[in-house]
Amino acid sequence: MRHIISILLENEAGALSRVCGLFSARGYNIESLTVAPTEDASLSRMTIVTAGSDAIIEQITKQLNKLIEVVKVVDLSEAPHIERELMLVKVRAVGKDREEMKRIADIFRGRIIDVTETSYVIELTGNGSKLDAFLEAIDRSLIMETVRTGVSGIGRGDRILKV
Amino acid sequence: MQLTGAEIVIRCLQEENVEHVFGYPGGSVLYIYDEFFKQDKLKHVLVRHEQAAVHAADAYSRSSNKIGVCMVTSGPGVTNAVTGIATAYMDSIPLVILTGQVPTHYIGEDAFQECDTVGITRPCVKHNFLVKDVRDLAVTIKKAFYLAKTGRPGPVLVDIPKDITMHKCEFEYPKTIEMRSYNPIVKGHPGQIKKAVQLLLDAKRPLIYAGGGVILSNSSTRLLRLAHLLGFPVTNTLMGLGGYPSTDRQFLGMLGMHGTYEANMAMQTADVILAVGARFDDRVIGNQVHFASVQRKIIHIDIDPSSISKRVKVEVPIVGDVGEVLEELCKQLTASKEQPEPKALAAWWKEIDAWRSKKSLKYKQGKEIIMPQYVIEKLYEITGGDAFVTSDVGQHQMWAAQYYKFDKPRRWINSGGLGTMGVGLPYAMGVKLANPKATVACVTGEGSIQMNIQELSTAKQFRLPIKIINLNNRYLGMVRQWQEMFHGNRYAESYVDALPDFVKLAEAYGHVGMKIERPADVEPALREAFTKHKNDLVFMDFMTDQKANVYPMVAAGKGLSEMILAEDL
Repeated sequence: MRHIISILLENEAGALSRVCGLFSARGYNIESLTVAPTEDASLSRMTIVTAGSDAIIEQITKQLNKLIEVVKVVDLSEAPHIERELMLVKVRAVGKDREEMKRIADIFRGRIIDVTETSYVIELTGNGSKLDAFLEAIDRSLIMETVRTGVSGIGRGDRILKV
Repeated sequence: MQLTGAEIVIRCLQEENVEHVFGYPGGSVLYIYDEFFKQDKLKHVLVRHEQAAVHAADAYSRSSNKIGVCMVTSGPGVTNAVTGIATAYMDSIPLVILTGQVPTHYIGEDAFQECDTVGITRPCVKHNFLVKDVRDLAVTIKKAFYLAKTGRPGPVLVDIPKDITMHKCEFEYPKTIEMRSYNPIVKGHPGQIKKAVQLLLDAKRPLIYAGGGVILSNSSTRLLRLAHLLGFPVTNTLMGLGGYPSTDRQFLGMLGMHGTYEANMAMQTADVILAVGARFDDRVIGNQVHFASVQRKIIHIDIDPSSISKRVKVEVPIVGDVGEVLEELCKQLTASKEQPEPKALAAWWKEIDAWRSKKSLKYKQGKEIIMPQYVIEKLYEITGGDAFVTSDVGQHQMWAAQYYKFDKPRRWINSGGLGTMGVGLPYAMGVKLANPKATVACVTGEGSIQMNIQELSTAKQFRLPIKIINLNNRYLGMVRQWQEMFHGNRYAESYVDALPDFVKLAEAYGHVGMKIERPADVEPALREAFTKHKNDLVFMDFMTDQKANVYPMVAAGKGLSEMILAEDL
């Protein structure tokens, strides 16, 4: 099953590679990984999307907690949460495609953030399936390149991950 | 007062009351070695290969409960040390490894003797640090000592660039360390302990299964108290030997791949297992699915939550220090009005005694060829069961574990997790330095001993009168045994040709060498080595049976109760 794991860890050199090394050494999957410092610059927050049986997810959280630089670990998927991903898509936009592309971007609440005579860059946020749906909706042959950040997640309401 | 980084390193080690540092100098640690030279409180033990420095520090710790300390230079010094670090990591041994690094402004430029030490060692240390500012040096070393010993122990490495050892700053050694990200749980959860007590009292076919955690937490007397309180049978893992007295009536011997018949049968068929500082690894329970096919309840005490429910499902997990939890269990059991049902327990013991009567460790010693088991039995007799025994890895290791009856903890020193050949001799050096008055024997084979044979030179320099018991069967015995059993007797590369004359070799290093070829000579030779040559290193080269196999055996992938016994053949 798919799980979203949130990790608070010391913002130190090498901390990221300890987490990545743990996943590769023990044969766990990483579907996506995002990380950046928090409002407290001494901490980083990481969101990892992984998949595995309950036993594997239990081991993953235990092993993560064992890393010296990890402060807290939460499996967001255990309770209500929100997940978002950002995608930038560069598309060919000439002739009639220019208007069509803008229209579809609007439907998906995307924003065009760069315009040239022949192309747009569209910014889109949402959960993974929304981003997938957008790519399905536009003419595949017009896609020049895409980049996605991977999932960031946060618990709903009173569920807070903080030191 | 302002001190240089090199001075700070020495001062930190002194503050930690370190007595011995095992190491090997080189370019990037020269300033630190210069400071070694200027003092005489810390003793440096110069090995002949960095791997041996780590092994020696490792055994120093295993045999004394102190933290082992070693120092190596950058690049090849570190890569040579990696096997030693991984060995200590697998067996949770507290070490502090100080490594030299190229100057900070050279890092990443492929400088001479540069390697990514922190990267290379990351998967085989509890934690590691690269010091980038001399002002962080003392606190980093303090953290290293703190991390190594607390929680589940393990090796911690501090990588120190050469320029840091030259820079100066004020020295202050922190008294305590607090880390918001590191708070190991020591006390067991009261609710879980209560559940465990009830489960133990209700057990009909109970077994205490104790591992290296008992030794690491210095809890062998508590374990004995608990076992006697309950009257339950006890088995030890390879790492746990000595954690429970082998000569106690309730002891069933070692379990696992080469465990006794009674221990493995009890493990497989018990209805309640109390696992204490052990981790149900593949060499212990055999095939996971086969093991899980029997209904039983498991109570698992371990300081490391990730060791619990990793390979087997556990009914009552108790995270905490083994000693603390055992103490609490004893307290509650003593206070309880209930007792385990005597009738059920008597029936269980009757069953166990029937398994015991199979005498799964018996072997035949004839008049012509020396049996390896016989050498270990004689070693046990002659040392009064009171020696520190180190071993290498292979058949001889299993025979030493099976036939030397350890009654005290920290006496059996071997590489259980990683299974590193070549540890035996450096282990014996570390043990002897930590326990100068002790009798130290190294049980090895002609394959393993040659993996760190150069340390005979270190042993000479530091006058370490180790007794080396070389069980020489001219084969890589364990490999040969598997080839005989599973590869149609095709002995691919397991015959060791062109062996050195070990007697001459020992003599060349300035030691005493003996070659023993007949069973009748085994005992006199051992006696001579341990009495007449008490103060010498004696290399005893025993010519043993080439075809001897280790039994009982649970073949890889088989269930724990599917043992091959010597008598079946």
